[in-house]
Amino acid sequence: MADENLLLLLLALPFLGSILAGAFRSNARNAEAWLAGAVALCGLAITIYLYPAVDDGGVVRRQIEWIPSLGLGFTLRMDGFAWMFAMLITGIGFLVVLYARYYMSPADPVPRFFSFLLAFMGAMLGMVISGDLILLAVFWELTSIFSFLLIGYWYHNAAARDGARMALTITGVGGLCLLVGLMIIGHIAGSYDLDVVLAAGDKIRAHDLYLPALILICMGALTKSAQFPFHFWLPNAMAAPTPVSAYLHSATMVKAGVFLLARFFPVLAGTYEWFIILAFAGMITLTLGAYFAIFQQDLKGLLAYSTISHLGLITTLLSLGSPLAAVAAIFHMMNHATFKASLFMAAGIIDHETGTRDMRRLSGLFAFMPITATLAMVASAAMAGVPLLNGFLSKEMFFAEAIETHADSFLDRALPYVATVAGAFSVVYSLRFIHTVFFGPKPVDLPHEPHEPPHWMRFPIEFLVLACLVVGVIPGLTVGPYLHTAVVAVLGDATPQYSLAVWHGLNVPLIMSVIALIGGTVLYMLLKRYLSRCEEGPPIFRRLKGQRIFERILVTLSWRWARFVEGNLGTRRLQPQLRLLVVVAFLAALWPLFSAGFNPGLPSFDGLDPVFGMMWAVGIVCALAAAYQAKYHRLAALILVGGAGIVTCLTFVWLSAPDLALTQLLVEIVTTVLILLGLRWLPKRVEEIDAVGVTITARLRRHRDFAIATLCGAGIAMIAYAVMTRPVVDTIGDYFLEHAYSGGGGTNVVNVILVDFRSFDTMGEIAVLGVVALTVFALLRRFRPAADSIETPEQQRIQNAYDDAQPDRETGDTAREYIMVPSIIMNWMFPVIIVLAAYLFLRGHDLPGGGFAAGITMAIGFLLQYLAGGTRWVEERLRILPVRWIGFGLLMAAATGMGSWFLGYPFLTTYFQYLEVPLIGKVPAATALLFDLGVFSLVVGAVVLVLIALAHQSIRSYRVREAAKATEEA
Amino acid sequence: MELVLAIGIGVMTGSGVWLLLRPRTYQVIIGLLLLSYAVNLFIFGMGRLRMNVPPVVEPGVPVDPAAFTDPIPQALVLTAIVIGFATTALFLVVLLASRGLTGTDHVDGREQ
Repeated sequence: MADENLLLLLLALPFLGSILAGAFRSNARNAEAWLAGAVALCGLAITIYLYPAVDDGGVVRRQIEWIPSLGLGFTLRMDGFAWMFAMLITGIGFLVVLYARYYMSPADPVPRFFSFLLAFMGAMLGMVISGDLILLAVFWELTSIFSFLLIGYWYHNAAARDGARMALTITGVGGLCLLVGLMIIGHIAGSYDLDVVLAAGDKIRAHDLYLPALILICMGALTKSAQFPFHFWLPNAMAAPTPVSAYLHSATMVKAGVFLLARFFPVLAGTYEWFIILAFAGMITLTLGAYFAIFQQDLKGLLAYSTISHLGLITTLLSLGSPLAAVAAIFHMMNHATFKASLFMAAGIIDHETGTRDMRRLSGLFAFMPITATLAMVASAAMAGVPLLNGFLSKEMFFAEAIETHADSFLDRALPYVATVAGAFSVVYSLRFIHTVFFGPKPVDLPHEPHEPPHWMRFPIEFLVLACLVVGVIPGLTVGPYLHTAVVAVLGDATPQYSLAVWHGLNVPLIMSVIALIGGTVLYMLLKRYLSRCEEGPPIFRRLKGQRIFERILVTLSWRWARFVEGNLGTRRLQPQLRLLVVVAFLAALWPLFSAGFNPGLPSFDGLDPVFGMMWAVGIVCALAAAYQAKYHRLAALILVGGAGIVTCLTFVWLSAPDLALTQLLVEIVTTVLILLGLRWLPKRVEEIDAVGVTITARLRRHRDFAIATLCGAGIAMIAYAVMTRPVVDTIGDYFLEHAYSGGGGTNVVNVILVDFRSFDTMGEIAVLGVVALTVFALLRRFRPAADSIETPEQQRIQNAYDDAQPDRETGDTAREYIMVPSIIMNWMFPVIIVLAAYLFLRGHDLPGGGFAAGITMAIGFLLQYLAGGTRWVEERLRILPVRWIGFGLLMAAATGMGSWFLGYPFLTTYFQYLEVPLIGKVPAATALLFDLGVFSLVVGAVVLVLIALAHQSIRSYRVREAAKATEEA
Repeated sequence: MELVLAIGIGVMTGSGVWLLLRPRTYQVIIGLLLLSYAVNLFIFGMGRLRMNVPPVVEPGVPVDPAAFTDPIPQALVLTAIVIGFATTALFLVVLLASRGLTGTDHVDGREQ
């Protein structure tokens, strides 16, 4: 059990560290590095500790239920192969953090850097230890996103932004393909669990959907590992800080693609399709990458293309489908990570200490930084595959596999030659890197005087280069057992016999190596002069840039086509959009009725209560009149809508819905007040003036809209009538009725549903309410009324004029006094309303009432004070702080929900009990009441906040008016 | 009774849709108010219309679901009423802000 939880800790640590790292001050370079380093070291320690559990085919699993109904689990699973990757991620992660401490300049905002770096580490760890296909895809996408954020770290730099966007677009599209591919595989295997899928290889390979799944998964892997034809994003990702290039774009993230291919090797490999797709992509990438690398002038560009080429090598090996090739591929993943990360760091040091990465300007640096130079030389030799270094071993294995025949075809026969040529190319660019930068004449005109870096900046390189050497000399004693663990985890029983010895005797692979080494050296001698002055990029291919093609596609898609579609189909006008919406909704409702042969039947007035009929006659007239009057007589329209609202409310009373009636009535009041407050800011609209310019098109538009409205009304009336006259079917309502008292401790079933059975929904709804209120508040803070509504309203002008004319009155007296009597009544009603709200709240669980109704009542209590005394009068006496009410309400609801966790129940499980209180008697004491208190508080806060914010505008515009007057007089 | 309510819902919907398609913001907000009444009544009507059977049970007595009206549509509509208020408030403020910024109360922010 301890091991399993360690797995969870391993995954959680980087993410927690990432959140913490983001909270530091922007110049806390040391603290950040300590934190990130500690996280990486802890991860490394956990991984090392777990080794005995994964040794020899063991698997550590930690399973948490996620969405069991969909067969999704949050399953973590570490086997030997995942273990190897976890070692690389945490180990190299630690070295990169150490390096980054010295690499990042004090001016860079480091919290963002380390936060993203740690989050990436978490995502990458999650990807390798996912035991569930969907989880794997989620972490896969996360690595793409953090890679995007890290490439774009220096976002003031256009190249960084473009590189980041390109990387995200390509790996993101790949990730989408991968997700679909994984879903197909999960569908075939019958489970998303990795163990089940790995055991279902034969079934998957024999299935009809094998080829689509394979293509989609290869799309994911090839984009991520920068394989042809998706390779071009990687060189552009070099705009990232060098620690990121070393970590993400050489050692870990770009390995995710080949990791995935190796992971699914037992499931997908061995078929002809697998060979063709991957061998094609891999061999082209292997040669082209190496060829391009030769002609780069940017140090990091050279390393980037070399990385592409080496990833191509790994893909080619995996494509062969033989167990021995898989061993070589896994071995090369480890080796490449060590030497390439150290080379990137060395390139970063050169850039850091000299100020340039251009190989045309660099030369003779050996004299200035001998130690770094020596280290870089050893690492490059490993990259070139020189004997006694780790790169040599895996390359020999590659050559040995290349000469075997696997799937007889042109590609297979060409492989030995391709491998030798690519090997020679890798010798050329390795030599070039060393020879140009460290030897030759002394550099002239460098931005900085070159010197050795601080020791701890060099330490990661020293460590990695030492690893290259030790592994290269005594492989069997050092990585042997670990490689075996990883290989067994992938291949299982099919693990072949292989030997890690340095000397296999004089055989064909050795001869190929020798040819590559000598051929490469000769080729470099021939090319040397050309390379020292040629422009960036290889001859012939220089003009053909993947980047440019990519950008052209993007422009066509996102600009030309989008503009075409927008220009021809789009509109910025609201009315056509709404009309379209209404018509589509109408047709969507009509279609199923029409196709199912719906017959509404003859309507009848049976059982009609004349009072109900008359009430609705009033309601109908109100609705029609409101529609008619809304343009020119706003107040009348508002009153008429209120009439329709009252009829709605009475309908609820009539038809056994007391809760609804209560809430409707209260909401009706606040809505009316709300719109009354808004009316003041709308422009005057005079019928006679508007009537002049009515054109024929406007008239036609009205007729058409009238027809649409009539059809919609008739349609909805028909559907409503049809449903309401059909016999009732069994609904889940019965369950709620039966269990409201026994399960929820309340007799008012509607309230019990809201605060108990479906309280999570209610919580979402009050959250929406709070968000809306805050949005309204925020919008009104920047509100600027139109010029013509700043003036004093007409009514106040008349009142003030009257006051001015009377000698015994002061200006504003009438405005103050004209509702004297009602306002005193409103003042006196305040405590009564509070008691009413408390009453509605407390009885809500058993009788109509509850948090919503009580909250609105309470808000109305506050509002009446505003109406009675004016904004300033109230605020001198009462501090309401609605935002705190909202906050308290949400916290209360959430805390009540979380309270049940401590008792071991799911979120928002309620508990209830009836308490005997002296004098009052039995009172319900359910935790649902606390939840309802949250609802109450939030509703009060939201309603008051909205209305007060709106009411405050009059004071503000008064101030604006006074200020304008003052400047005018001055 | 069903017919009357159905006609009422229909008329409210029709008036609401008509106002929704008008050019002035105030017309749209009134239209939305009417539409929300209609929709709430429509959802409420899905539980069928019954008188004098509110979903308030008697404690300690075995519950016969047939003796009460369906509480689900009521619970749905209750929150819908409150959320309806919130969206009305939001729309009102947006229309006021738009009126302040553009100087017109046309829904597109400019006269046609």
